[in-house]
Amino acid sequence: MNSKSAVTNIVVAGLGGQGVLKISDILAEVAFLSGLDVKKSEIHGMSQRGGSVSSDIRFGAKVFSPMVPAGEANFLLVTQEDQVAVNLHLLTANGVLIQPAQIDQSQLRNKRSLNVALLGVLSHHLSFPEETWKTAIQRHLPEVVHEVNLQAFALGRKAGTH
Amino acid sequence: MHAEDFRGEKLFLSGDEAVALAALHADVKLGTGYPGTPSTEILETFERVGGHAQWAPNEKVALEVGIGAAFAGARALVTMKHVGLNVAADPLFTVAYTGVTGALIIVSADDPGMASSQNEQDNRRYAVAAGVPMLEPSDSQEAYDFTLRAIEISERWHVPVLFRMTTRVCHSKSVVQRGAAIPVAHPSHFEHEIRSRVMIPANARPAHRRLREKLQQLAEWNETPSLNSITAGSDQLGIITSGACYQHVREAVPDASVLKLGMTYPLPTDLMRKFAAGVERCLVIEEGDPYLVEGARMAGITVENKPDMYRFGELNVCRVRRIVAGDLLPEAAPIPGKPPALCPGCPHRIAFTALKNLGCYVAGDIGCYSLGVLPPFEAMDSLVCMGAAIGVGLGMRHVLPPAEAKRVVSVLGDSTFVHSGITGLVEMVYNPPPTGHVLLILDNGTTAMTGLQEHPGTGRTLEHASTGKVIFEDLVRALGVPNVFVTDPTADPESFEELVRAALAKPELSVIIARRNCLLAAKSIRGYEKCNEQQVSGD
Repeated sequence: MNSKSAVTNIVVAGLGGQGVLKISDILAEVAFLSGLDVKKSEIHGMSQRGGSVSSDIRFGAKVFSPMVPAGEANFLLVTQEDQVAVNLHLLTANGVLIQPAQIDQSQLRNKRSLNVALLGVLSHHLSFPEETWKTAIQRHLPEVVHEVNLQAFALGRKAGTH
Repeated sequence: MHAEDFRGEKLFLSGDEAVALAALHADVKLGTGYPGTPSTEILETFERVGGHAQWAPNEKVALEVGIGAAFAGARALVTMKHVGLNVAADPLFTVAYTGVTGALIIVSADDPGMASSQNEQDNRRYAVAAGVPMLEPSDSQEAYDFTLRAIEISERWHVPVLFRMTTRVCHSKSVVQRGAAIPVAHPSHFEHEIRSRVMIPANARPAHRRLREKLQQLAEWNETPSLNSITAGSDQLGIITSGACYQHVREAVPDASVLKLGMTYPLPTDLMRKFAAGVERCLVIEEGDPYLVEGARMAGITVENKPDMYRFGELNVCRVRRIVAGDLLPEAAPIPGKPPALCPGCPHRIAFTALKNLGCYVAGDIGCYSLGVLPPFEAMDSLVCMGAAIGVGLGMRHVLPPAEAKRVVSVLGDSTFVHSGITGLVEMVYNPPPTGHVLLILDNGTTAMTGLQEHPGTGRTLEHASTGKVIFEDLVRALGVPNVFVTDPTADPESFEELVRAALAKPELSVIIARRNCLLAAKSIRGYEKCNEQQVSGD
């Protein structure tokens, strides 16, 4: 999936209010800053009302459709365990599932940074430089929460190596 | 995104953001519209990057304001979701006749699949019905480029242009290379053009002929290399497509020859005919109605339509593969996720609990409170279109036996009331049912469903600055409604229920304004109020 011609497909899923769209923005930004073609798609409108929400991020040399076809996601990142069943059909047979159980949440300085910690786990599987991730996180989050989120990202990135 | 994020040469934008940026680069003087998913972010972004954007009470007024700006020689952008164009259809059909002096771009953001809408109408039909050229971008780059081209077309032929987007174009993000700005040649200026703008029959008859001549010219222009493109591929399979479907097609069938139409009214039928003749099988892939199919067939071009089962919902790569393969097997039902719900602590919860307890027949409407139809409330019996709560409720009251009629309540939100509830209220005063009627306005101080936009009832503009405010209770009283109550339903839910019960018992007209700011907006509203107060005291 890391060959130059291929497209990397990632689905980020969870519930409204968990920062699903925020980390999908950060992820897409990382790919964009790395000079790749990137597309990102999601359904707005109902997400603030606590319902299921998901975002598709695709990057590579050239991306056509903005939506990840079912069964072709290389990575599925969920911010809530019960959303795994809803989205698992999107993952390829050898795709990687990233979920909250991979994070020791007692280590998070703010529980709301779980989304960024999971992004840290994902980052371990992708070849983007750590600096680019940090830049994107800082661009998409208010300054007062930079430190706590960078800590969460580092925690996740470390957890990803296990 | 912040304004500074739009300064680069190469940007990562949603389709909505790309339209807004192009409008800025084209020196669009005025952007107006009514919030509606998936179109809302166009005007919000336009304002953020420095454009003049404003919310109108509804799409009809927005389009009329846009027409005035374009009559005065300016470039105007009017945005709405697909159903909004139904509201704006009246001016649309006649501005096609009058034409414009400046530029007039009307964005219709369609929602195939109904991610956040009450129907999946295909507004490409409006281009044909009204006789206005139509452009369909397929991603953010085209949303940017085509906005600039739409302005050029509008100015060159003096016609309004329908800019048809869909949810996946509006809300998907992709890379955009900014283009050369197109400066305005003349400052806004008014010239009398009575015969072309005053549509009395004597003027409208020649105006209709002029419109058809323009459309003929546009059809010829659309045959030249312009907004349409061909991707050469197999001579076995050719696909004619447009908009977001183009992207799915290129991925699903990379070997096919593809004719991508950027301007889909008037159709370039010669180009389509030539393309179809060059391939063994010519398939049209489009979401929704068989619009391109019918256009091709009317021109005598043999094309294959998608099987009827794919007329419903959005297309995607998998569905396109199935269409190409002629797969008619039933599709797997989507796995249901967690449905949205009224937020915990939402003031609407109290209203719907009361309506449920009282066994009301609820004529409902469009907004967050539409979620009152879901468990545990299940307290909504109809939802048709913006503002319909009042008319539908009145109609029920007129024909039901009194015992049942007295159970009918019309419920709508503050923004919806301003959008198209006021005329319904006039009807209520003018043709009151014998049992009276009860209208409940759920005033949460914002257009919540679309993402907390301002409206004339908040007294703040699109950018949250202080402006004239429509005070609902004053308006309702001025129209002659005898019983008008303003109450915070969260203060005492029991007495709120009692208030509704008492109103239902009276054979009179009652309007109850349940006023409590949306939880999601409350903090921002306090901030805007404070900021605006400081500005007043600082003057």
